[in-house]
Amino acid sequence: MPIIGVRKAVLDKKLEKVYTEKEFDSLCFDYGLELDEVTSEKATIQKEQGKTVVNASDEEVYKIELPANRYDLLSVEGLAKALLVFQKKHSIPQYQIVRPSVLQRLVVKPETAQIRPFVVSAILRDVTFDADSYASFIDLQDKLHQNICRKRTLVAIGTHDLDTIQGPFEYRAEPPTKIKFKPLNQTKEYTAVELMELYQTEAHLKPYLPIIQDSPVYPVIYDKNGVVLSMPPIINGEHSKITLKTKNVFIEATATDLTKAKVVLDTIVALFSQYCAKPFTVEPVAVENADGSVVEYPMLKYRTESVEVEMINRKIGINLKAEEMADLLTRMCLQSTVANDGRSLQVTIPPTRHDVIHACDIAEDVAVAYGFNKIVNQLPEGHTVGKAFPINKLSDLLRVDIAAAGWTESLNFALCSRDDISTKLRQEDGLKSAVLISNPKTAEFQVARTTLLAGLLKTLACNRDMPVPLRLFELQDVVLKDEKSDVGARNERRLAAVYSNKSAGFEIIHGFLDRIMQLVDVKCKRDGTGYYIRACEDPTYFPGRCAEVVGPKDVPIGKLGIIHPDVLTAFGLTLPVSAVEINIEPFL
Amino acid sequence: MLNGWIELDKKAEGGPRVLRKVESIDDAVKEQLLSIRNGQSDALTDAQKADFKKRKLLVEVTVKSFVLKKGAAFTTSLTKPETDLTMDMLTNGSWREKQFKAYNFEALGVPPASGHLHPLMKVRSEFRQIFFEMGFTEMPTNRYVESSFWNFDTLFQPQQHPARDAHDTFFVSDPAESHEFPMDYLERVRKVHAEGGYGSQGYLYDWKLAEAKKNVMRTHTTAVSARQLYKLAQEGFKTSKLFSIDRVFRNETLDATHLAEFHQVEGVVAERGLSLAHVMGLFTEFFKKCGIEKLRFKPTYNPYTEPSMEVFAYHDGLGKWVEIGNSGMFRPEMLLPMGLPEDVNVAGFGLSLERPTMIRYGIENIRDLFGAKVNLKMVYDNPICRLDKQ
Repeated sequence: MPIIGVRKAVLDKKLEKVYTEKEFDSLCFDYGLELDEVTSEKATIQKEQGKTVVNASDEEVYKIELPANRYDLLSVEGLAKALLVFQKKHSIPQYQIVRPSVLQRLVVKPETAQIRPFVVSAILRDVTFDADSYASFIDLQDKLHQNICRKRTLVAIGTHDLDTIQGPFEYRAEPPTKIKFKPLNQTKEYTAVELMELYQTEAHLKPYLPIIQDSPVYPVIYDKNGVVLSMPPIINGEHSKITLKTKNVFIEATATDLTKAKVVLDTIVALFSQYCAKPFTVEPVAVENADGSVVEYPMLKYRTESVEVEMINRKIGINLKAEEMADLLTRMCLQSTVANDGRSLQVTIPPTRHDVIHACDIAEDVAVAYGFNKIVNQLPEGHTVGKAFPINKLSDLLRVDIAAAGWTESLNFALCSRDDISTKLRQEDGLKSAVLISNPKTAEFQVARTTLLAGLLKTLACNRDMPVPLRLFELQDVVLKDEKSDVGARNERRLAAVYSNKSAGFEIIHGFLDRIMQLVDVKCKRDGTGYYIRACEDPTYFPGRCAEVVGPKDVPIGKLGIIHPDVLTAFGLTLPVSAVEINIEPFL
Repeated sequence: MLNGWIELDKKAEGGPRVLRKVESIDDAVKEQLLSIRNGQSDALTDAQKADFKKRKLLVEVTVKSFVLKKGAAFTTSLTKPETDLTMDMLTNGSWREKQFKAYNFEALGVPPASGHLHPLMKVRSEFRQIFFEMGFTEMPTNRYVESSFWNFDTLFQPQQHPARDAHDTFFVSDPAESHEFPMDYLERVRKVHAEGGYGSQGYLYDWKLAEAKKNVMRTHTTAVSARQLYKLAQEGFKTSKLFSIDRVFRNETLDATHLAEFHQVEGVVAERGLSLAHVMGLFTEFFKKCGIEKLRFKPTYNPYTEPSMEVFAYHDGLGKWVEIGNSGMFRPEMLLPMGLPEDVNVAGFGLSLERPTMIRYGIENIRDLFGAKVNLKMVYDNPICRLDKQ
């Protein structure tokens, strides 16, 4: 969930009230936000970099956690506005597109389709920034980049001082050697090739280089005079950079996902148009696409949806009249009017609420505004009879009786290293039926276990100072590749046990097996109705001390024996161990 | 030489020579030792005694003496007090005459040779019991490998969602893809993501089958819930309450309270006309059985439920509200393509198994609880799990 940091002083100013921490925490809780932390610039640097910076501010900073789909709350401008409307202190802003007689144009060249096909654009006129709103403006772009833009891969935003550049603008894709400009915060010009190298050492730009690095052409936006506005998604030009004195802001957003670009543009202009001389007004830009179509942005669409009062009441479990519900929705920035004799509502969804895509989103907002904790609990009326999943029932019954026999339950990870189930167990093709993980962060998660033995042996190794004999068991699933399954793999419920003492004790583990068979009511018989063991050789076990367990209908269900000394060494064990592992699914 | 009785002339002719220096000597040491022999131990200071002992000229011998008298229980026959009542004593009646040693009631007894169940599994059994008492049926969750389709797409979680990132999810390289899907349902899922429908605007992006085919280690048991709900819709809807408690996998950064594998407790209720109020009611009943009465609900966001909420309980020990679970009503974009009737609402709720276990048993590091590095002594000494007893 995204977190924004807001200076308490700015928050108080925007919310038009000085809040105590408790009051603000309570307000957040009601709206569905969380006051995550109260810190300061100094404390944050201390925590992140481990050093104390003397001239960093001690001033209170509130870190607020937001729902991941509320892009409109990613800056204090949007957050405060939403909370003020929620408290009925402000009315819902009405965003307007103000078309001048001649629009600025942004022409898209066809080569851009190779690397970053889409671009949208808008202008904020007569803006007045101060230090706080300027910082907030930059920060919003950063937050959007991290969230909906998926680290600039889907959308990249560029904002420019319109008075330093001249339209019509061109969005092109050119070979990196041909692109040359003075990038933000630099004093000389660089080619795009040089910039790729320069930014290898810039921690906050390096992650974005791979997005375009290997492309034969890089995206770049020029003005009429060949001034580079930006080379998305990497960096803007120094020439057109925004300062505190900027009055007219030109916004462009290039993208690989047009829907998200439109949402991003709507969000920026909606939140920051409050600083325009005529608040909540935006000037459109005409984007001429490569196919000849001309689209004006931003969309800033208002959508109306009709919802049934009865449906929402039923969904939440309350009984509101249409007027009450309309009032609650308006508090959530969803302007609503009663229609159809009070049976339905006409809800207007503003461009700041792209998260509302279905009537259920509207229903939730009614519940939030009503207050979740005011809803009176009810119990479902339907009658159901509970039932256990058979293999789980069998497992739980067995586990209790195994513990009664004096064995201790172990619980190990299903993911392990390749060696754990192959070389360490002396099984050359141990990986044959194993499920492999493609992106393990460490060797511990390379494969899914095909046997429970590795986990048990590891547990023994980690508990060498416990008194012997140690008797451990585990009754859990292993994972095996299986073509017959729709996903290509299946789980198998296994029971495994290990006995560790100064002598290996084959007869002890054999006795354990006999007890298990007694519990599942299978007699020791060789006529196909019961179970028996027969000698076999298996690399994991000591020669001459290994047997196969054969179950009813002569189906082999597992093995038991004394663990081979080389296996003990591989797992770091010094005492002998005898073990058994069987598949218990046949006993269902 | 120290006393000046003799001297050594190293440079004399014919080699070093010892020469007498005085006519007669006054051997103080001899005098002192003689006085000791005569019984005058006070003639020497402690320092001198220590010195002579060091030079092995003097030995201090300690002589201890006792005065013995007959006590009340004096007897010339030897008897040892008994520690235990034996079968022989009963047979020959000798228990009447025997002396029995006083038992040490302060010490602990002999621990029985016991087996033990794992603490996490004990808490799991408790939760299973609670679900059965509320009429829930257990879901078949014995499948760790899942396709992205069931794990994400059917839940209306978009394909570009961060949770589907390689750094949050374990992707499977072998078997890399699933091959079998209910194709008509898959098409309905594709449509609602890419174009909308069922009253939704949709996500409006290019939905790819290749992405849905990718296999993962399931990130939540909700993938199984999706399968079960789809099955329910195919077989003909009836009111259902389902649950599962099983393992899930997340490719996250590990720390004292997070592992790559953990257990999710999940409940699903499907009923015609189910409301958020019913979900809260169920939750309240469920947690009452865990001994928790005071609950608070907070709106939150979840890609596949709307409304969604986090549930908080008041922890007396910590003195604050602590999050104990998550809940929500599944989105129509998830339910309607499955073929469930429009008036059916489905709620899901969940919590982790590890968290309440660690709180209940005071365990701070999750590795002490789960995995090979488990503290076996903790497993041995761990009490029974009664969630409703505080």
